[in-house]
Amino acid sequence: MKYLLLKHYRGGPAPVVDRGSIYTWTPEEMDAHVQYMRDFAEKLKETGEFVSEEALSSEGAWVRFDGEGRPPVTDGPFAETKDLIAGWMIIDVESWDRAVELAGELSAAPGAGGEPIHEWLEVRPFYGAPPLVSE
Amino acid sequence: MNDALLRELVPAVIGILVRRGADFASAEDAVQEALIRALEHWPADPPRDPKGWLVAAAWRKFLDAARSESSRRGRELAVDAEPAPGPAADTDDTLRLYFLCAHPTLPAGSAVALTLRAVGGLTTRQIAAAYLVPEATMAQRISRAKKKLEGRSFDRSGDLGTVLRVLYLVFNEGYGGDVDLAAEAIRLTRQLAALTAEPEVAGLLALMLLHHARRASRTGPAGRLVPLAAQDRSRWDTGLIAEGVDILQHALARDRLGEYQAQAAIAALHADAPSTDETDWVQIVEWYDELLRLTDSPVVRLNRAVAVGEADGARAGLAALAEVSPDLPRHRAVAAYLHERDGDLKRAAALYAEASRVAASVAERDHLAREAARVRQLL
Repeated sequence: MKYLLLKHYRGGPAPVVDRGSIYTWTPEEMDAHVQYMRDFAEKLKETGEFVSEEALSSEGAWVRFDGEGRPPVTDGPFAETKDLIAGWMIIDVESWDRAVELAGELSAAPGAGGEPIHEWLEVRPFYGAPPLVSE
Repeated sequence: MNDALLRELVPAVIGILVRRGADFASAEDAVQEALIRALEHWPADPPRDPKGWLVAAAWRKFLDAARSESSRRGRELAVDAEPAPGPAADTDDTLRLYFLCAHPTLPAGSAVALTLRAVGGLTTRQIAAAYLVPEATMAQRISRAKKKLEGRSFDRSGDLGTVLRVLYLVFNEGYGGDVDLAAEAIRLTRQLAALTAEPEVAGLLALMLLHHARRASRTGPAGRLVPLAAQDRSRWDTGLIAEGVDILQHALARDRLGEYQAQAAIAALHADAPSTDETDWVQIVEWYDELLRLTDSPVVRLNRAVAVGEADGARAGLAALAEVSPDLPRHRAVAAYLHERDGDLKRAAALYAEASRVAASVAERDHLAREAARVRQLL
């Protein structure tokens, strides 16, 4: 079963610890954080559970159709948006429990002082293909 | 016979099929199919005459495709099954292929893909993997590009400028999948430089070699970006630097300056310096001035501001930066650097953080966030 682990720049439940802006971390703390994320992805590649990961720039805009012959309307960039996606990892695992376990591990990435940042991650199951035999 | 040698045969074989009467699009498809067969069979059963094998296999594929097409349409097959031996014009054909694949009417992404396949001899699967798109998407991109070229004469020479741009794009893509695109771009530019004496081709080749020489020092642990000033210069490839400088000097001696030669000259001055402090920044600024005369590009203006900052002090650099549009990517990063040199650490830290937020890649984002953290610690 595939799951999306969604990371947000902003949004989600209130943070449980004040991890501070990453710009207040030391360079070493940042390196440790990046290394933790890389090791995590590497481990899932070895266990055969990694599918893909992407990171998103915080730039962008909302866009919609505005009628025939008219250019699309854009709104943004979203300086005020409450919810802003930073990126995601897609994993393919045996169960929801395993997905939750892995999300918990990812959320323990170190921040200031090397302490886990307790970041909220959103975990969403993908719809699967309908079963070949359903009766 | 390794894959690299096999790939070198591809453009010449396409040329031969075209000389025998095949249209470019069908010839290119047929050679791609023959190439995939060769990659499967040659390791176990290498042919004595690789090129002859490839021509025969591709010609068979072409005839099969043409026959099924003509029977589908109920038409006579127009091409002889037994081809007349065409004139040996391999080198000209290869040069024409560069022009055709980088035709100015093609979108850059399509020109890149087509060049890598028809001139570079890469398979669609390899190109797709390198650019992280599905193979079917890449196949479609290439086939649409060829459709767009339908009716264009293979014999007309084209626009060297777009060819060089395409090769430079490939080079800048770097490393993805199992294909080293930077090395592939160098191979294709080297091959092009052997086919034409245009100094700008040599200039681009020199530029690539000089950048490639620094590749190992450009990333640190965990993929971290290492800026020029912090690079371990003992890890630079002195052989590549010497070759790049030599090629550049011969190009410059022909006295037909172009943007790639000027960029290569800047890269050569960096490569030549034992440290940032001992770099000849005055001469680098002069080359940027030449570049501005040639291109008037905002990116050149931005890079020039950095060089001015080194040559004449941070204040002069900031004054030069004031003439550059702030919308430019990396503008804030340059501003941060110059303010730091000017001693305004608070402003520099804030600008580094802002620059990180608008960075165009994860590596740059993380690098700039790290710079923000570093400067903040000095406060």
